[in-house]
Amino acid sequence: MNIGLEHYLIVSALLFSLGLLGVITRRNLLIIYMSLELMLNSANLALVAFSRFNNQLDGQVMVFFIMTVAAAEVAVGLALIVAIFRRRQTTHVEDLTSLKL
Amino acid sequence: MMNMETVLFYLFAAIAVLSALLVVANPFSRNPVTSAMFLVLTMASLAGLFVLLHAFFLAAAQILVYAGAVMVLFLFVIMLLDLKAEERRRIHFTGVAAGIVSVGTILAIFLTRLGASSVSGPKDPVLEGQTRDLGRLLFEGYLLPLEIVGVLLLVAMVGVVLLSKKELK
Repeated sequence: MNIGLEHYLIVSALLFSLGLLGVITRRNLLIIYMSLELMLNSANLALVAFSRFNNQLDGQVMVFFIMTVAAAEVAVGLALIVAIFRRRQTTHVEDLTSLKL
Repeated sequence: MMNMETVLFYLFAAIAVLSALLVVANPFSRNPVTSAMFLVLTMASLAGLFVLLHAFFLAAAQILVYAGAVMVLFLFVIMLLDLKAEERRRIHFTGVAAGIVSVGTILAIFLTRLGASSVSGPKDPVLEGQTRDLGRLLFEGYLLPLEIVGVLLLVAMVGVVLLSKKELK
């Protein structure tokens, strides 16, 4: 049995769901951030699989850009988390409710 | 008799999904460092899947950028912030149950649509993600996006420097 496009898409869907589950259920900002990275990576896997099975290299260029943007996003996000921690001494989302009425 | 590629696909896919599960819901430890380590394992096995898809440059970049730079940055921040109190938090079971139900529904929608559609490509794909082809496409067809991404990295760097100042003058 050969491995087809749908196998990779199933793995990608599973990874995306796990990332989404982490974003919804975990309450630690750092772990929410790691789950976001997981979701980005599952999208990367789907793009590379589509690229391979549609015989178009453009999907891999897209993955390249996603990696760059993710790196920039991680740098800014972690700087924000450090700034929040410096001010509030917590990275727990339930302690960060100053926007709540 | 399964060939090597199939065996490797199932191996890497199993490692990726299992360690992703342990990133999100580890029954033994709620320490963020453990999650970060399992995320490194997920990234590495995704790089293995990229190699199976003949995207060699992206596999190398995945290891370098994610398992190298991004996860080291994560670990650095986790070590910098002393997160001892996090482990004693109790879990809200209603929230977890609602999350599992909603994400399970979304996953079921994904999988049923995937089963109903005919997305399967050619049986023997020929595309090779060689670095030369990828670089040529990147600098010929995607030159403007590449420059914009460079500017984005510069903006991100300036923003990070600004954010990590003690006080803004």
